[in-house]
Amino acid sequence: MHPAPSVIIFTTLSGLGFGLFFWLGLGVPDVSGRTAFAFFFIAYALSCAGLLASTFHLGNKKNAIYALSQWRTSWLSREGIAAILTLFLFALVAVPRIFLGAEMAVSGAIGSVLALITVFTTSMIYTQLKTIPRWNQPLTPVLFLLHALGGGALLAGEAKIAGWLLLALTLALFAAWQIGDKRAQARGTTGDATGLAHLGKVRMLESGHTARNYVVDEMVYRVGRKHAEKLRWITLALAGALPAAILLLTSPGHMTAFLALALHLVGAVVGRWLFFAEAEHVVGLYHGK
Amino acid sequence: MTALPEKTEKKLGLVIDLDTCVGCHGCVTACKGWNTQNYGAPLSDTDPYGADPGGTFLNRVFSYEAQAEGKAAQTVHMPRSCLHCDDAPCVTVCPTGASYKRSEDGIVLVNEDRCIGCGLCAWACPYGARELDREAGIMKKCTLCVDRIYNQNLPEEDRVPACVRTCPAGARHFGDLGDPDSDVSKLVANRGGFDLMPDLGTKPVNKYLPPRPKDTLDTAPLEVVADEPKGFLGWLDKALEKL
Repeated sequence: MHPAPSVIIFTTLSGLGFGLFFWLGLGVPDVSGRTAFAFFFIAYALSCAGLLASTFHLGNKKNAIYALSQWRTSWLSREGIAAILTLFLFALVAVPRIFLGAEMAVSGAIGSVLALITVFTTSMIYTQLKTIPRWNQPLTPVLFLLHALGGGALLAGEAKIAGWLLLALTLALFAAWQIGDKRAQARGTTGDATGLAHLGKVRMLESGHTARNYVVDEMVYRVGRKHAEKLRWITLALAGALPAAILLLTSPGHMTAFLALALHLVGAVVGRWLFFAEAEHVVGLYHGK
Repeated sequence: MTALPEKTEKKLGLVIDLDTCVGCHGCVTACKGWNTQNYGAPLSDTDPYGADPGGTFLNRVFSYEAQAEGKAAQTVHMPRSCLHCDDAPCVTVCPTGASYKRSEDGIVLVNEDRCIGCGLCAWACPYGARELDREAGIMKKCTLCVDRIYNQNLPEEDRVPACVRTCPAGARHFGDLGDPDSDVSKLVANRGGFDLMPDLGTKPVNKYLPPRPKDTLDTAPLEVVADEPKGFLGWLDKALEKL
């Protein structure tokens, strides 16, 4: 799949933002006044920047309001609604906390659940696609949730919790690749896709076009598969293993937390790029790829 | 709503004969022509006369080669367009309700006044049947020439999709695949018409007819009759050698 920068920025940043919201809703860390303002500001900045980025790849932005209408069938629609609800509810939590020092425990907890639901709906946009067997597996939502929870805990300054979550993320990433590879291989062949397998070995002789086109650019994107192995190790080390080791093995401090966050961010972006770039769409079979 | 209709009154669709198709791309051109001048945003071309031309098409013809062990290879031309699936995944993923399947005839269409051009429907389609028009920013797909098939202003013989009307080989057939007594349904039954990627559960309405089995030669190939020339030819052969 074509790794559009807007979608990578969107899923990474908004995931982090909603992850931070999750912890803030639970009162972790228990802050009020200016400190609370700073934390909520970061959460809003990340989630809003992410959501804004997601609109950049739309071909026809003027109809965007309709995107909230099809929640009965569409995960993308559900995601939009969940995100807006979460952002709205947290305004009701943040304002009293910052200015009145109120605890807002119940609405905070509801907000936390909503934040997780938002991340889950994002993950389901990809997980639901049977056409991309690598994504269509139970670990895809787990990955998105662990990214959000781990990254969020890191931003919230909860070093030990973040350490364990990032360790879990490392394992989940590794497992998802193993399952994904098997699923991607089971896609079949050009013979299966064309229904011509009974005639013998099938190969593409001529594609339907001599020039590039949308389907090929978007869904038969293969650059990521070339360096997939190396990028997986880089992702595993930067997004999961290294920050987890730093957080769990050193005493908590601003410097170590900052280092872990920087590593995790780079790793998360690399991993998300790879998530798209190495994913195989079944339509590639018609193109012999 | 992008919920799929529980049942459609008709299942209008195409039956494409892979035995007859000669791969001339006539259907591609007719489709592009009709759908650029009629329903919805035109199918744009980008940089058409430049170094990097591209463009939107609703139908493309691919050619495949199939070869069984020890047999001659065979070429199969496969026109590919929207299959108007009964269980169309492109419809249910749409966040805006732009993508829909008509309950009266089963045609899958895009309401261009609602489409945001997010591309998720194209991702959900296993067949590569949807293309985002780069000029309009709107998702384009086969309409089954909905503006021809019911068009009272056209002579009756023209009230079929442009690709069917133009096919010089008669490889494309249009009709109601929900009616078991229709010509297209009988054709599918007689020729063993099949679905593309049935395991994905999309239940395509369009069917493909497989290439008919090729006959094979049951006599041995001709033997070489004159390895060593004799008589006059033998003399000529020797004489020429000596020259």
